Amino acid sequence: MTSAANQDLDALYQEIILDHYKNPHHKGLRDPFEAEVHHVNPTCGDEVTLRVHLTEGPEGTVVSDVSYDSVGCSISQASTSVLTDLVIGKSTDEAFEIHQTFLTLMQGKGTVEPDEDVLEDGIAFAGVAKFPARVKCALLSWMAFKDAAAQVLADPNASNPEESK
Amino acid sequence: MIEGLLPELEVIRKDFPILERTLAGGQPLVYLDSANTSQKPQCVIDAMVDHLERHNANVARAMHQLGAEASEAFEDARDKVASFIKAPSRDEVIFTKNASEALNLVANTLAWATGDLAIGPGDEVVITEMEHHSNIVPWQLLTERKGATLRWFGLTDDGRLDLSDLDRLINERTKVVSLTWVSNMLGTINPVAEIARRAHEVGAIVVVDAAQAAPQLPVDVTEVGADLLAFTGHKVVGPTGIGVLWGSRRVLEQLPPFLGGGEMIETVRMDRSTYAGIPHKFEAGTPPIAEAVGLGAAVDYLAAVGMEAVHAHEQAITGYALEGLATVPGLTVLGPQDAASRGGAISFEIDGVHPHDVAQVLDSRGIAVRAGHHCAKPAHARFGVQSSSRMSSYLYTTPAEIDALVEGLLYTRSYFKVG
Ligand SMILES: Cc1ncc(COP(=O)(O)O)c(C=O)c1O
Repeated sequence: MTSAANQDLDALYQEIILDHYKNPHHKGLRDPFEAEVHHVNPTCGDEVTLRVHLTEGPEGTVVSDVSYDSVGCSISQASTSVLTDLVIGKSTDEAFEIHQTFLTLMQGKGTVEPDEDVLEDGIAFAGVAKFPARVKCALLSWMAFKDAAAQVLADPNASNPEESK
Repeated sequence: MIEGLLPELEVIRKDFPILERTLAGGQPLVYLDSANTSQKPQCVIDAMVDHLERHNANVARAMHQLGAEASEAFEDARDKVASFIKAPSRDEVIFTKNASEALNLVANTLAWATGDLAIGPGDEVVITEMEHHSNIVPWQLLTERKGATLRWFGLTDDGRLDLSDLDRLINERTKVVSLTWVSNMLGTINPVAEIARRAHEVGAIVVVDAAQAAPQLPVDVTEVGADLLAFTGHKVVGPTGIGVLWGSRRVLEQLPPFLGGGEMIETVRMDRSTYAGIPHKFEAGTPPIAEAVGLGAAVDYLAAVGMEAVHAHEQAITGYALEGLATVPGLTVLGPQDAASRGGAISFEIDGVHPHDVAQVLDSRGIAVRAGHHCAKPAHARFGVQSSSRMSSYLYTTPAEIDALVEGLLYTRSYFKVG
């Protein structure tokens, strides 16, 4: 194999991604939760079932937990793991900002410089943006998270601060 | 030397200009995704360019020399297709957009049919668990709309149709049996004629999805027992944008029109219209003319190579590939394990590496395969897998390309540290 092709491959499959793939964080479906969504990537069939648990804190709504069950490729599995690391414990506003930053990185076709302060391990996905076919894999659980969190926020009764104690 | 390979393989490869291109990093192309779409020989490309450069006009309705030439070229293509599938009459060949549209044409017009072909509550449509989504969803829509029941053949563990309850599954209530001749996922070649015999015993019509069969098996619509048969141009070295529905005159004449518009009418008044005879009854609007010309050149090309020879080549390559894949640790082939009962598509799994990742690593080496559910989700579910990788060969595939695949798979395992 020529080194150019190998470099591209290594840019895609960063060690961080392979680590998250082999040892995903926060995996499994947990209670309590206020919304559960199921998203699929219709082209390849990758699937994620994702739950969010939001609580009301003094500083506003907080993402107390994101739990999930998923099947899919290394990119989609690792990005789910990274997502949970990044948003659990953050306010929903912060979480949505991180979401937007990740989305911008993924849709940048490799031209966006990733911000490590915001995305932490998520910067490893910068290489994915150069592979259009894989962008959907990386975004699967992020879209699911946005969907689930938005559902809870749209229906505040669903969020139960008592339950989280 | 592997027995059955096309003797002129190197000459054939020269007919397909794309096989000479290189990919990122100067890698030669190893195209193993022909079940998805086939590559095109120069003669098909030339036929389409020549048509557009010299003969372009609308068909049937242009009263000038170019119109006559275009109409003749378009109708010539129909003759070529008719002879390729041994249709008893050229009028039984209908051009569609692709195989999916051909199958939807049948399912929709059956929903509107009256008389013998009408379908209603209590009637049954039988398909199989190995169908492409294009031969599942139209029948779900039909049976839901008409209150009929959808039933299907299950699969055996080695990826064949489970025919053990053939006589119960196909019974007096059965109105339609629709099945694939060759599976795009498992590769299985189905005993269509045997199933058609049973279907005809109970008065059902038989619809054959030949999307994967037409590229690699000699097709004789009568011998296989079809009443209707669909295939798609882009898998038989022809262009995209054109497919074929063949139907027996008896059935086609009983079916109502599909789309309304120009070309499909005899006469139109403001209160009602009468329709053209077959095939035009089913070809509303300006058809894909250059595509038909390309398809005509494509089936002529395959006929010149000889479909028996193409089939033998596919079997030889498939046998060689099955042997090669067996040397990759942790690799499981889905579907029949002997080349004789399968076509040139092999889906497989590798322990510990997701199909997407397999395809990605192979792609970095210039090897094109498909990863995913191959539009056959139920067949994947039957084998408890969510997706698979698939290599598919064609008349231009060489043993060296299979060697490259096997080497690429071994590399994939080491890349993901599973061996
Ligand atoms: C068995 C089978 N049926 C139907 C189709 C649909 O063909 P098209 O997408 O050209 O309509 C395909 C190809 O994808 C196929 O493999």
